[in-house]
Amino acid sequence: MSRFFATRAGVWSGFGAAALVLFGAAPLLLSGFRLGLLAQFLCYAIVAVGIGLAWGRGGMLTLGQGVFFGMGAYLMAMHMKMADAEFRNGHGAVPDFMELAGIRELPAYWVPFASPVFTIAMILVLPTGFAVLLGFAVFKRRVKGAYFAILSQALAGAFAILLIGQQSMGGFNGLSRFRYFFGYNLDDAVNQQMLYFIAAGVLLVVVAVALQLRRSRYGELLVAVRDAEERVRFLGYDAANIKVVAYAAAALFAAVAGAIFVPVVGIISPASIGIVPSIMFILGVAIGGRASLVGPVVGALAVAWAQTALSEQFPSAWTYAQGLLFIVVIALLPGGIASVAALTKRFQAKSATVEAAA
Amino acid sequence: MDLLVGQLFTGLSTGSILLLAALGLSLTFGQMGVINMAHGEFIMAGCYTAYVTQQVVGDAGVSLLIALPVGFLVGGAMGLVLEWLLVRHLYQRPLDTLLVTFGVGLVLQQVARDVFGAPAVNVTVPEFLRGGVDLLGTAVPKTRLFILALAVVAVTVVALVLRFTAAGRRIRAVVGNRDLAETAGISSRAVDAGTFFIGSGLAGVAGVALTLIGSTSPTTGQSYLVDAFLVVVAGGMGRIKGAVVAAVALGTFQAVFETYSTASLAKVGVFVVIVVFLQLRPQGLFTLRTRSLA
Amino acid sequence: MTTALTCTNIHVDFDGFKAVNGVDLTLDRGEVHFLIGPNGAGKTTLVDAVTGLAKYSGSVVKDGVELRGKKVHHIARRGIGRTFQTATVFEQLTVAQNLDIAAGAGRSPWSLLRRRTVLPDNVVAVLEQIGLAGQAQTPAGILAHGQKQWLEIGMLLVGDADVLLLDEPIAGMGHEERDTTGRLLHEIAETRAVAVVEHDMDFMRAFASRVTVLHAGAVLASGSVDEVSNDPRVQEVYLGASHEQEAIDAATA
Ligand SMILES: Nc1ncnc2c1ncn2[C@@H]1O[C@H](COP(=O)(O)OP(=O)(O)O)[C@@H](O)[C@H]1O
Ligand SMILES: [Mg+2]
Repeated sequence: MSRFFATRAGVWSGFGAAALVLFGAAPLLLSGFRLGLLAQFLCYAIVAVGIGLAWGRGGMLTLGQGVFFGMGAYLMAMHMKMADAEFRNGHGAVPDFMELAGIRELPAYWVPFASPVFTIAMILVLPTGFAVLLGFAVFKRRVKGAYFAILSQALAGAFAILLIGQQSMGGFNGLSRFRYFFGYNLDDAVNQQMLYFIAAGVLLVVVAVALQLRRSRYGELLVAVRDAEERVRFLGYDAANIKVVAYAAAALFAAVAGAIFVPVVGIISPASIGIVPSIMFILGVAIGGRASLVGPVVGALAVAWAQTALSEQFPSAWTYAQGLLFIVVIALLPGGIASVAALTKRFQAKSATVEAAA
Repeated sequence: MDLLVGQLFTGLSTGSILLLAALGLSLTFGQMGVINMAHGEFIMAGCYTAYVTQQVVGDAGVSLLIALPVGFLVGGAMGLVLEWLLVRHLYQRPLDTLLVTFGVGLVLQQVARDVFGAPAVNVTVPEFLRGGVDLLGTAVPKTRLFILALAVVAVTVVALVLRFTAAGRRIRAVVGNRDLAETAGISSRAVDAGTFFIGSGLAGVAGVALTLIGSTSPTTGQSYLVDAFLVVVAGGMGRIKGAVVAAVALGTFQAVFETYSTASLAKVGVFVVIVVFLQLRPQGLFTLRTRSLA
Repeated sequence: MTTALTCTNIHVDFDGFKAVNGVDLTLDRGEVHFLIGPNGAGKTTLVDAVTGLAKYSGSVVKDGVELRGKKVHHIARRGIGRTFQTATVFEQLTVAQNLDIAAGAGRSPWSLLRRRTVLPDNVVAVLEQIGLAGQAQTPAGILAHGQKQWLEIGMLLVGDADVLLLDEPIAGMGHEERDTTGRLLHEIAETRAVAVVEHDMDFMRAFASRVTVLHAGAVLASGSVDEVSNDPRVQEVYLGASHEQEAIDAATA
């Protein structure tokens, strides 16, 4: 099985099957409401692919992906709020939440977000650029391991607190109540379905990019840095550059996921990007298998689904489950579900050779 | 002048709170390399210990005096259990320890929620700690002075224990060279457990003290944890001295920064300062030199 | 025979403790230059200094370029390769992947982002040279101890290092493996400068072109094997050690 998926034909058929499920089966079988939920889960899965790359392959436990997710989300939300205000009150109008907060004048940094092109460019450039800068600052000085994890977590905390303090960014409540997504009415079921297709398409692209990164020479180098960073330096590489690429890719994935999340879910607030949500992104990746390609996707979808199914009805039990999953999976099954598959395969192979010998 | 004294004191006070929260971490993270994300929940357990003690005892002053040692034991016992059940199996996997102990923290928070409820509870401040004293023309709350004094005492005791007692010598030996210490007949298992007990106990004490200046809820500990970790990171691995300097410096920075901007910008400022600081000293303020390649 | 590396007056100071105290050393191409000395003499620290891991005063010049103050990876790019006392290879990757990474420090970002289709010629050649051609697809983590050390040397060769600093390359090897390694070192040294940090006196006598003896951070003697063996100061420092070694050799013979 795994042999097959390593071949060219295997990769294509894997993507083909995924596309069939995402673009064929799901829209046929699921109601509009459930499709919307799935679109939301797919956004988490996109984040998870990036974490798998940075943490599973690169050894960088990034506990602050909420920052990049949030950047993408807020940038998109700013554009959508501007577009809504413009639709209601004409060019240069102040978004509704600012009126409520008593802000009469549009802050200067909001103005360019009236442009869709500018917004998309910022979503692609700003979080990634920030990740590159921070990555250089941290990795060049060889801050790594637990130190890096804690810094990334502190960043998520600082970012959430910063946003809570900004009335012109919606403060504690965040930004919500959007009507249009690049001119498409969000109340229209067809447009909701289009958002789902965008999320599914982006997920496939992101997985393809991650696959290429893993199988390239860069991917081998990244594993080498994860396992023996200092050795890589003595071979003449600047290990910091290698790490920055994976970190920035993870940031880009998270930002894009955030940007899709906003029109799908209809709200973004500091509560969904701070320390706790950031570390929660890790859970699905750990369950699915941090070092595998598809594992993080599956794990993220499963956790998101369980969260939706359980957290409303059994909030207490769900929190216990989350905590116990962290404990049990990481302590006893660090390779996640993916490693179970590999283990059983090895076991089968072993019993097969034993039979052949007998 | 008044403003300056006021800010300096606020800085010292914020620093002493940070230090109380970070001191135990500095032992477990700094000396053993174990990142215990449940440390915040041990602080929270200390807070609830103070609350429960007061419910039982009634008198605020007596209950505070009882709660301090009991909080130490409660935190320490929780730490021992955590070390024995999980941490000791994960010594070679620091990042995994971080995530596992985060899971433990989640569970403990939910336990607190189920037992005490989600809304915050309050502990009555004893009579002798109410009001303020006049310090160079600035009114300084007595509770803050008490916490400052408690931090000084805690640091002194930890430093003395590490330096002058047999147990302390063993801890330092294991930190310096685990294998060599083993060869010298020191059971590093026992030392690890002991270190974890003391470090977690200090979290309990910190929790009791923090009820004097704020209310207690299941997420109380979490809010202190990140700052406490930053103190340890900036102070350098395994250095109590570093934790003290870093806590006071960060506390002062935060206090001064807050007066000139906002509390939320101060948090961001602290983060920026630490990243910049790590450019100059990636290993923190004070470092233990080791030969390891890592 | 040309001089590849010149170290002048190297001092390394660890919080007041002088681990290396005014060492001069020249490495010539065509020579297998042994660095010997008792434990703690400063041999590894000297290698650390030259390769940029330890801060030092003094000067290290390779082919006319001063290396002091350069970053670890820049020094490596200038053709200085080292191994470590405990072999460090990328255990999760195959032997071929290990060598391919070592061969690729100069690759463009573009070529890094693509898959490796064939093994580069020099990787194939070195696989042969270090005797691991049959294990190209084996994960490096399951190689035998000696094979890991050969792989490490091979990684320096494909990386075009022409000054090789090998820290105890035969530690834990059997007699046969040692001889193979010794011959490999001479083969390598035909066009390169090779420095070997070693404890084993027999190995040194069999394969050294030149010997430098370090003691307490300073050079005690330097010259041919005979010159150094007959130096009274070396005998004084080494008497215990060499007797001990002879006793061990006799016991294991
Ligand atoms: N990072 C360090 N900090 C303090 N002392 C060190 C450090 N590295 C090496 N030393 C000391 O320097 C001396 C030389 O060590 P080393 O170069 O490893 O010796 P050798 O390789 O010759 O056995 C030893 O006494 C060692 O303890
Ligand atoms: Mg040595």
